[in-house]
Amino acid sequence: MDPMQAIRETFFQECEEQLGELETGLLSMQEGAADDETVNAVFRAVHSIKGGAGAFKLDRLVKFAHVFETTLDKIRTGQLAPAPALMKTMLRAADVLADLVAVSRDGGAFDDNRSNELIAELSGHSGAPQAEPQASEEMPEANPFAALGWEPVTLEIGPELKEYVIGFRPKPELYAKGNETTRLMRELSRLGSLSVHCEIADVPLLANLEPEQSYLSWRATLRSDQDLATVQAVFEFVDGDCHLDIEAVDSTHLPELPALEIAPEVEAEESAPDPVAEAKVAASATPEPPKTVASAPETRAPREPAKAEAGGAGAAAQNTIRVDLDRVDRLINLVGELVINQAMLTQRVLEAGAVKNASISTGLEDLEHLTRDIQESVMAIRAQPVRPLFQRMSRIVREIADATGKNVRLKTEGEGAEVDRTVIERLADPLTHMIRNAVDHGLERPEARIAAGKPPQGEVRLSAAHRSGRVVIEIADDGRGIDRSKVKAIAIKKGLIPADALLSDVEIDNLLFLPGFSTAETVSNISGRGVGMDVVKRSIQALGGRISITTRVGHGSTFSLSLPLTLAVLDGMVVKVADQTLVVPLNAILETMKPKSGEVYGLGPDSQVIGIRGGFTPLIDVGYELGFRAHRADPMSGVTLLIETEGGMRSALMVDAIQDQRQVVIKSLEANYGHVDGIAAATILGDGRIALILDTDAVVHRSSGRSASSEMLLAG
Amino acid sequence: MSMKILTVDDSRTMRDMLRLALTAAGFDVVQAIDGVDGLDVLERENPEIVITDINMPKMDGFGFIEGARKIERFRVVPILVLTTESDPDKKQRARGAGATGWIVKPFDPVKLVDVIRRVAA
Repeated sequence: MDPMQAIRETFFQECEEQLGELETGLLSMQEGAADDETVNAVFRAVHSIKGGAGAFKLDRLVKFAHVFETTLDKIRTGQLAPAPALMKTMLRAADVLADLVAVSRDGGAFDDNRSNELIAELSGHSGAPQAEPQASEEMPEANPFAALGWEPVTLEIGPELKEYVIGFRPKPELYAKGNETTRLMRELSRLGSLSVHCEIADVPLLANLEPEQSYLSWRATLRSDQDLATVQAVFEFVDGDCHLDIEAVDSTHLPELPALEIAPEVEAEESAPDPVAEAKVAASATPEPPKTVASAPETRAPREPAKAEAGGAGAAAQNTIRVDLDRVDRLINLVGELVINQAMLTQRVLEAGAVKNASISTGLEDLEHLTRDIQESVMAIRAQPVRPLFQRMSRIVREIADATGKNVRLKTEGEGAEVDRTVIERLADPLTHMIRNAVDHGLERPEARIAAGKPPQGEVRLSAAHRSGRVVIEIADDGRGIDRSKVKAIAIKKGLIPADALLSDVEIDNLLFLPGFSTAETVSNISGRGVGMDVVKRSIQALGGRISITTRVGHGSTFSLSLPLTLAVLDGMVVKVADQTLVVPLNAILETMKPKSGEVYGLGPDSQVIGIRGGFTPLIDVGYELGFRAHRADPMSGVTLLIETEGGMRSALMVDAIQDQRQVVIKSLEANYGHVDGIAAATILGDGRIALILDTDAVVHRSSGRSASSEMLLAG
Repeated sequence: MSMKILTVDDSRTMRDMLRLALTAAGFDVVQAIDGVDGLDVLERENPEIVITDINMPKMDGFGFIEGARKIERFRVVPILVLTTESDPDKKQRARGAGATGWIVKPFDPVKLVDVIRRVAA
């Protein structure tokens, strides 16, 4: 990749982090924690974004960040108090900044009015005119000299030579700052031809010589086509640390004359006897730039969750490496193979008759632990904390609270919990939706809250925690809870359940996940965007996750997501179907049962249903469906798995027997063979056999394509 | 032997840009992420030139320069401050702390190298 492109990506990645910091900081400032550290961190976040944006010439971003930064600087220096109104403006400014970053990265339209409005507001607060950043910062490309910190006079004067006589006497401070006369003279020599003479008259006797003092002074004569400003700029860094006198001698009419003749005093000094004191610097003496390109180690940090802690201990910048995701995935894959291989080895040794306490068994156990540890460590490489995801949610809460006139506080917990990067990426949409729902449907308006004896400010709690090898994310509100009678009435009205259906509380709560369900009587354009909780549920399931609701009327609801830490392994049920071994993803299975005679009914020539607790569910013979056998097997001879598919529909899958329940390493079928309808992927079992992982949705879909009769027979 | 430059900046973007510009110009680059880290890397790596940002967490650029100047062997090593601030106050404060010169962000890689060559031995 083009290195600048890579840096650009780093920049935007860093912007995301800075925006997160900004948001967190502003929120704690809003809660009254305007301590120096917080305010400085907030200032730095905006400052860094501005700095990087300048480098990439993202002018709109620079302009906005500059005004924002100016206001923050006023707070930082105590000229402005972080009053509630100002904090509100700043939070909105943070949102606009985030949008500007997004537009700069992805392109797309941006309404300049939004930023201009906030620029005006911020300037109003800070009492500053709507300051444009200085030209040198704003338009680096227009001023190539910006790096030098001064504005050259751009008069085109042609190659006419001018002569400058420069008197230079350094003060000790000049040397204390790491500046050197030699370098200054070398710099001058680059501008033209130079002769330099050193004045040593002030040098005391050795006994009186103070090592830190400065005794030498110089007189230089420069013939150059450069203007005075350019010559002065050479001494820019030592301004104030030396006595400097630059005199331009008009020598245009004397271009051919040697320097000696126009400056007689120089000539006199040139005959000074001490050759050491004379430093003649010619342009040719300029050292060659080093040619070897240093192969410095790559020390970029893609994500540094431990950045703050590692910083003091040493160079965190050098403790992280950036690795291509493909390489990590390859490693994960190989470790997956290793786990399978280890399982196979154990099984073979046991088959070969090794006794449990034999030393080889102990060795194998150690190997098993080691491989598990390796697997976990490797998976951890892909893991990232959920913090950035959670930080994004506070904005969603703010926007929706504004739009609905509710007073909401978002409380986050466990932001440090780490999950696979892909899981995090794909969690953003469903989480956004649920947060919107919680504020829009869950929480009451302030008046209603007060009437119910609650504080006017509602709370949405977003938490993450690791629980038994999975990560559990909870979205809880302290609102009104789910009105079950209303939910049921709506479901009946919409024909989602029969009018006389007998449903448990949990079953009623789960009606929310049915397609086309919306509790808001008027579909608001906030949470009811035509997608419902069914879409949320589907995306969670696609990630191998489960979702559940608990609710207490008057006290609020909690949506709980249980997600796998990685997408590379899967909890599955190993089943036998017509002499084939298949794996059914565990998260799809609701329950398993042995059908009794009289529970299964034929429904036309090609489909069957099973009666479960008063309702009917389509029964699918997996072996027949996938073509492993030509005729349906007797349902009574096998086991039935009640599964839930896309859109909350239920189906019963018939298999011959359940063999095991275990974690399997997912091997892509598409990558190694090709797509097979009804099969999601493959895996290798401990005994070395390949087992296909069932795509339950696809199997049900295939089946219902032939017998369209099942939809009407949805069981609670 | 190429000349070794230490860059101290909390922004990864800036560090990467500096590295790109400086290695392309033939310098050897070592990095630090804030003032505290900077002093640490300084002692370990013995750079010949230092470029530092001003606004950084833990220890800012002023603190870093003052700290560096207190170490005997870095008393006269050229230290350039790199910052978006072009206002004279910041420059003067940096010089008061012992900075040799400054570079105004955003920098042009060519000009950056020019400024470095100005102060390099």
